[in-house]
Amino acid sequence: MVLPHRPGVGFKPQHYAGLTGDPGPVEWVEVHAENYMGDGGRALAQLASLRDRFALSVHGVGLSIGGEGRLDGDHLSRVRRVCERFEPASFSEHLAWSTHEGVYFNDLLPLPYREDTLARTAAHVQEVQEALARPILIENPSVYVTLPASEMDEIDFLTELAARTGCGLLLDVNNVLVSATNRQTDPLDYIDRFPHALVGEIHLGGHAVDADERGAPLLIDDHAHPVAPQVWALLDRTLALAGPQPVLIEWDNDLPDWPTLRAEAARAGAALDRAALDALR
Amino acid sequence: MTGRSFQADFARALREPDRPLPDGLTDSRRFAVYRNTHAVTLAEALAQGFPVVAALVGAEFFAALAGAYRMAHPPRSPLLRLYGRAFPDFIAGFPPAAALPFLADVARLEWALLDSAEAADAPALPPASLAALPPDRLYAARLTLAPAVRLLSSAHPVLSIWRAHQPGGAAPGPGAERILITRPAFDPVPVALSEASFAALRMLASGATVGEAARHGDLTEVFTLLLDGGAITGLS
Repeated sequence: MVLPHRPGVGFKPQHYAGLTGDPGPVEWVEVHAENYMGDGGRALAQLASLRDRFALSVHGVGLSIGGEGRLDGDHLSRVRRVCERFEPASFSEHLAWSTHEGVYFNDLLPLPYREDTLARTAAHVQEVQEALARPILIENPSVYVTLPASEMDEIDFLTELAARTGCGLLLDVNNVLVSATNRQTDPLDYIDRFPHALVGEIHLGGHAVDADERGAPLLIDDHAHPVAPQVWALLDRTLALAGPQPVLIEWDNDLPDWPTLRAEAARAGAALDRAALDALR
Repeated sequence: MTGRSFQADFARALREPDRPLPDGLTDSRRFAVYRNTHAVTLAEALAQGFPVVAALVGAEFFAALAGAYRMAHPPRSPLLRLYGRAFPDFIAGFPPAAALPFLADVARLEWALLDSAEAADAPALPPASLAALPPDRLYAARLTLAPAVRLLSSAHPVLSIWRAHQPGGAAPGPGAERILITRPAFDPVPVALSEASFAALRMLASGATVGEAARHGDLTEVFTLLLDGGAITGLS
């Protein structure tokens, strides 16, 4: 079971009627694992019903895989339970940390890229893969600061993480633009250098535009806006290099109506169609 | 690296905005993105779970309340739905909220509704199977109530206050209220009960037989509400 190389959407309960009534080009949905860890109720029933109609990806936001501490075994068990219950085609998490000494920060926080953090993150990825009995995907983060403690490039870190653990990579193209802008590096260069053969899924989402203290552009990954034009352009480049992929629209805050979200998915579908055609040439 | 870890410094600077930025970081607007996400998303999670509390105190007071709660009770789990568990008790001990003595109980009601919504599903006994029981069998029976059932009582009219903040709600009257929450489908439904009915319901919920509970109050109202709410899942 794999995710189709077609458009998907991050599922929100507010879109249940729209998605099931008129899915348009949407062939798969992604949900945050943490929203399906209750004992019962509407969320689980909705997901069980969606699961019959759409391919499913489960996306974790709370395992703190890039953290200094041990993985939270209770939380890993809950993730396993969600995966056993819904048998998703894919499970993914983030190159980030969210818990420190038991306090959960509800954010995806940056880690320095060094040999010691790589070894620890690889051990965590392996632990998750063993618990879930499947390879997982790890997503490139949005970052707002450059950490002086880093000694490695992010792409080298991710490539080596995949080599050591056998995990795949989830390439969030909006995160590429956000992080490259904030680090004052070239997003196109990042896309070009990314290990394309390891990509198992692509994320697209919206960001907000702000400025830092010196007036330099500061992009904020808020998932509250349409996908930006530069991100669509980077998607075309990504698909040309990595080939067709499952492409997800993430819109988590200030939710649009269903037709607006479906139109974003249709635009991703058109990009996938173009890429498939180009691949034949 | 020597001394404190990178992550410890980062975590501390996130939680305590008066602290200097972590080593090597200089731009406070950039770090503020992390500080804001942490503070704002947690406050939003509380406001979403406790909309009536938020409406009763207004945005400014709620932001201060949510900030104080975050410092005193930072989330200890990635399950954000559990984050508000200690919020009612925190409100009860929050001096600036003392002028609203009903606020903590309104929060208890909202927490009970949240908690009920995600409780385990359980098929209700068909009403006919209860009606078919001979009276002596029914009187000797103990009820199993659905996992989503919640009972609350308050010296304040908290359900009326809560209803006043729902669409078309009327202004609350004074007085104590006793509340039963059932979940007939997916949406928890709170209803007010008389003092006698609530006493009998409380006995049933704690494992008394129907006959024992009947000595403490009229069970007609209790059975009607439980059956309407799909709240009786077994008899023993």
